[in-house]
Amino acid sequence: MRELVILSGKGGTGKTSITAAFASLAQNMVLCDADVDAADLHLILKPDFKKTIEFKGGHEAVINKELCTQCGRCIEVCRFGAVKDSFEIDPIDCEGCGVCVDLCPEKAIDFPETICGQWYISNTRFGPMVHARLGIAQENSGKLVALIRGEAKKLAIKNNLDLILTDGPPGIGCPVIASIGQATAILIVSEPTVSGIHDMERVGQLSKHFNIPAMVCINKYDLNPKQTEKIMAIAQKASMPVVGRISFDQTFTEAMIQAQTIFEYNHQSQASMEVRQIWDNILSLPSFNAPVNPILKHL
Amino acid sequence: MKIAVSAQGKTLDSSLDPRFGRAAYILVVDTETLEFEAFDNGNNKNAFKGAGIQAAAMVSDKNAEVLLTGFCGPNAFQTLDAAGVKVVSDQSGRVIDVIQKFKQGGAVYAEGANKDGHW
Amino acid sequence: MIISIASGKGGTGKTTVATNLALSIESCVQLFDCDVEEPNVHLFLNPVIHKKEPVIAPVPRIDLEKCTFCKKCMNICRYGALAVLKKDVLVFENLCHSCGGCFEICPENAVMEKDRSLGDIEHGSVKGIAFIQGRLSIGQVMVPPIIKKIRSYTDPNLITIIDAPPGTSCPVIAAMNKADFILLVTEPTPFGLHDLKLAVETVKILGIPCGLVINRVGIGNDEVNRYAEKENIPVLMEIPFDKKIAQIYSRGEMIIEKMPEYKTKFQNLFKKIAQIVGKKEGGK
Repeated sequence: MRELVILSGKGGTGKTSITAAFASLAQNMVLCDADVDAADLHLILKPDFKKTIEFKGGHEAVINKELCTQCGRCIEVCRFGAVKDSFEIDPIDCEGCGVCVDLCPEKAIDFPETICGQWYISNTRFGPMVHARLGIAQENSGKLVALIRGEAKKLAIKNNLDLILTDGPPGIGCPVIASIGQATAILIVSEPTVSGIHDMERVGQLSKHFNIPAMVCINKYDLNPKQTEKIMAIAQKASMPVVGRISFDQTFTEAMIQAQTIFEYNHQSQASMEVRQIWDNILSLPSFNAPVNPILKHL
Repeated sequence: MKIAVSAQGKTLDSSLDPRFGRAAYILVVDTETLEFEAFDNGNNKNAFKGAGIQAAAMVSDKNAEVLLTGFCGPNAFQTLDAAGVKVVSDQSGRVIDVIQKFKQGGAVYAEGANKDGHW
Repeated sequence: MIISIASGKGGTGKTTVATNLALSIESCVQLFDCDVEEPNVHLFLNPVIHKKEPVIAPVPRIDLEKCTFCKKCMNICRYGALAVLKKDVLVFENLCHSCGGCFEICPENAVMEKDRSLGDIEHGSVKGIAFIQGRLSIGQVMVPPIIKKIRSYTDPNLITIIDAPPGTSCPVIAAMNKADFILLVTEPTPFGLHDLKLAVETVKILGIPCGLVINRVGIGNDEVNRYAEKENIPVLMEIPFDKKIAQIYSRGEMIIEKMPEYKTKFQNLFKKIAQIVGKKEGGK
């Protein structure tokens, strides 16, 4: 089984539109939307939300006013400044470490499990999909990403599917690291802008840090040919193959408004032809075809 | 000698659980008498982080000298190594069969994790 | 006054709005780049950096001479970062959240604090703006402490503009919490609208007044405007979709410098924000 994770560092370079386009092309595949913070893939793929499961990701401290003697021990031990002078805990500042719970001499702090979000198993017109919704202002996005990737893998094994397409989150932090562990390869969607390049380099460094092969595609490459050349040079220097370039094409937005992939909307558009080429290039890339330890298939 | 085995159930007939940190049970077995204790690893199973570390600390705590499992991640391996517990990974099948095979000798002890870190 | 610029969806133009707004305001401004996973402001402003400092978080170090292996530290740690063995204690720094539980609970005072670097922040200046940016080290995950460190330099006598990270989880909250105003930058597409709704929910939880900048107007449809009207969120500025702007951005240049008519537009944006914040303060 292989898993391709689509990342970019910078947001808005076209990760989700390109993932959806790949979904149109790929066979025997499970989709996984690992951008649990601001998931968008479902807007194109229209999943049926066959199964909804609550995500319990942590705990939250709550002071029981009846037992509290206002001794101030919790204020003293909380490193996150979450206990207010009124002996209430600010749920936004609370990290859920439970230190106040364990150290309260009156045992006056409850520690209920919090529901941090939901995750879903769905069917789409392209195949099964695992996706999630992290609750607003919740923590533990990395845990939720790890969880849904694990579920996507289980689903793939159960249905005998040999590819997982994962739409990753922006950035290089907790949820991104959670989205790449044990992946076969990463596709970095870059764009020829100063920020697109800067952020691609950071994701490239991350992939190297975790030893996962990365490749690059350049979206909107004709926006700034000079910067496009710069991306090619940087990618080459970092041994990241450039698998293709996509023109600045409004087809992506038009298709998105119709809740379609670019192939469904117009399979002959410039972007469609370029994405098809990229997909073929990825499938024939050695790093994407390296033999997998057969026992790992069961994990 | 006492050995630990990651297991899907709490008897020697159950299948070995290929996961270690997230195994359903960890059985600590006396290889001579085949007497054993089953430890519910449920808390760890649902933990998101550090499951392997906690399971490894438990194995050491129960005086097991060897762990038989499927996959052992880097944190768990480091902990077991520090505790002097040897690891035999890539095991599968019924727990009892895996133990019998181990008793015949010739087990190859792992020199490192055989699985990437988990997130 | 603290203005936090956020979006939900990435790539809608937060940094463009933050930098052009900061340069247009004719009073003393500090600009904080709190997108510490991917800080981009410096690419557009090229500030002179005069100070760099690490952001550190304490992690435990165990004094084995004093340790009695009682396991209290291991049991209080909800992140599984400690393994107490018979004659050794292992610390997994990557799992540690620096909650301090192990330091507090150890009856033998055997747990010491050791610094771990999460990233760094840089202080600089450009065109009269005081600039601070944070940068998460590759492979690290603790973002909020870096943002909090940047924000500890907030000067109440200045206008503070914060470029927030995308999303709705803890890093975004750290960049929005306790701001006076949240400026949400969106684009008129289904993705833009969907993520805007999430951002608005986040803002509601924090109870901070907000307004909208709609970027790339003309690229999609008018659903965002309809949503804003329905939710009673003021649209404070619209930036049309213009390939020329996209190219200016791609080169790392400022819109207000290449298209000077935008300077007045950003000044108007600031005036509107100041009015809303003023009204709220007046109403208190």
